[in-house]
Amino acid sequence: MKLSTQDVEYVAKLARLDVTDSEKEKFTAQLNDILLYIDKLNELDTTGVAPMSHAIAVTNAFREDKVLESLGTQKALANAPDARGEFFRVPKVID
Amino acid sequence: MHSLTIHELQEKMKSGEVSSTQLTQSVFSRIDAVEDRVHSYIRLLKEEALAAAALADENIKKGDIQPLTGIPIALKDIVCTKGIPTTCGSHILHNFVPPYNATVVEKLRDAGAVFVGKANMDEFAMGSSTETSYFGPTRNPWDLERIPGGSSGGSATAVAADECIASIGSDTGGSIRQPAALCGIVGLKPTYGRVSRFGLIAFASSLDQIGPFTKDVEDCAIMMNVLAGYDPKESTSVQADVPDYRQFIGRDIQGWKIGIPREYFIDGIDPEVSAAVKKTIDVVQKCGGECVDITLPHTQYSVAVYYIIAPAEASSNLARYDGVRYAFRTADARDLAEMYEKTRMQGFGAEVKRRIMIGTYALSAGYYDAYYGKASQVRALIRRDFDEAFQKCDVILTPTTPTPAFKIGEKTDDPLQMYLSDIFTISANLAGIPGISVPCGFTAAGLPIGVQFLAGHFEEGKLLQVASAYEKSAAIEKRRPTL
Repeated sequence: MKLSTQDVEYVAKLARLDVTDSEKEKFTAQLNDILLYIDKLNELDTTGVAPMSHAIAVTNAFREDKVLESLGTQKALANAPDARGEFFRVPKVID
Repeated sequence: MHSLTIHELQEKMKSGEVSSTQLTQSVFSRIDAVEDRVHSYIRLLKEEALAAAALADENIKKGDIQPLTGIPIALKDIVCTKGIPTTCGSHILHNFVPPYNATVVEKLRDAGAVFVGKANMDEFAMGSSTETSYFGPTRNPWDLERIPGGSSGGSATAVAADECIASIGSDTGGSIRQPAALCGIVGLKPTYGRVSRFGLIAFASSLDQIGPFTKDVEDCAIMMNVLAGYDPKESTSVQADVPDYRQFIGRDIQGWKIGIPREYFIDGIDPEVSAAVKKTIDVVQKCGGECVDITLPHTQYSVAVYYIIAPAEASSNLARYDGVRYAFRTADARDLAEMYEKTRMQGFGAEVKRRIMIGTYALSAGYYDAYYGKASQVRALIRRDFDEAFQKCDVILTPTTPTPAFKIGEKTDDPLQMYLSDIFTISANLAGIPGISVPCGFTAAGLPIGVQFLAGHFEEGKLLQVASAYEKSAAIEKRRPTL
């Protein structure tokens, strides 16, 4: 076992996921299966291989620094679960 | 009428034999007849479609005919449509109404397309069976007890069951090619950077590509002519010339070298799939292709690499769903942290949570090098395999999937087995190369089988050429699913 239920709780916390007890157990078993499979990669010696982060060699894509039309406050707030005036509204952060 | 291809219908519309309104009505009556069994769509756009069809008919009368004028097209519900809900198959986005169109939607609309509806998909495109959709599974029209493949399952079945003429999907590890194979249609994943991802809801940004599902190879070329090209709004789209893809249709492949990778013809492939794909090799040889043995030695590591890289990118991309700015928010939270955690717990399904967890773990302090770093190195080796192989051959031929469509529910409790159903398609995404799946026969039970062709970066033309030559010579029986 690479991961304990406590590890799964910790990862869930990092990912901001509230997981139920039954999910915790299920995920612990399933994530261990997956990680065990992934261990296959350690068969390979990759010393000196440059990691690849992108399929195509793209360099920085620059554009002219010109102000273009943006959404506007009303449209940007249209999908908000809770909004007031020009703001997104959230539960109290500081006591 | 709804079972015809784009190029056949275009001729009929030009000659006045058929109008777009008649065609669109025909598609919707087909939907009325089969949709409750197949469930290709999350949302139908009948009113909008009939209005667009009427406009297309006016344009045809005026002689203004664009590449897709009046053609009913389905969109995977992962591409943003202005003013039309776009759910990504998830509860967390069930009420999200995008304020803008994806670039591909703009391009299709400008080309005259009529949008039929938003197609069902695995939640956030994470799945190989369209079973993880919050809106319920899609069924394979060839056997309603079986999955259609995924994640673009609804886009594939809409074409296979004639609920549209062509459709749009997205492919991160096989999500176009695998359902195309399992539903008996053509599906193409373009080179990374060939088609703009602007307005495509992100899953794994270094792997995602948008592409078409069609009833034949010529239609695939027509769709690619509309979709391909640089987009200033998408900084990974590539500034490279786009050829007229239709010119590759009907050309011969005399003297072409067809690479047969030994790693793709292994034990564990379904014998009927293996037999059908070997027959394909004979046909390609009869077309003038010369088969050469090649090796892609790191193939066996591709699934492991993918299941680090894709979840790692997903865990980062999906961090934006926090219940603050748009879409679903939990009703019962006392403070901000609890709001985040409960919104995400209630909004995401099990497979999405699982992948967020794998990705978060693989990127977490102390594990980054061992997982993400290692996977990125092996990814480089997989790409190098293809670079070397394409020194020796023009295109590569492989099965698209190891088995025909499996039963609904068969793999839902075993994520790893589900992941392995993408074993032949994942490498192309890791290397960024294009791939196409073309129908190559049926099993004794009547399930479709697909063959995959792969080519070097930006060689979609070669894929269309070999696929069209194969399609012409193979003369695969023109069966339609009986629904």
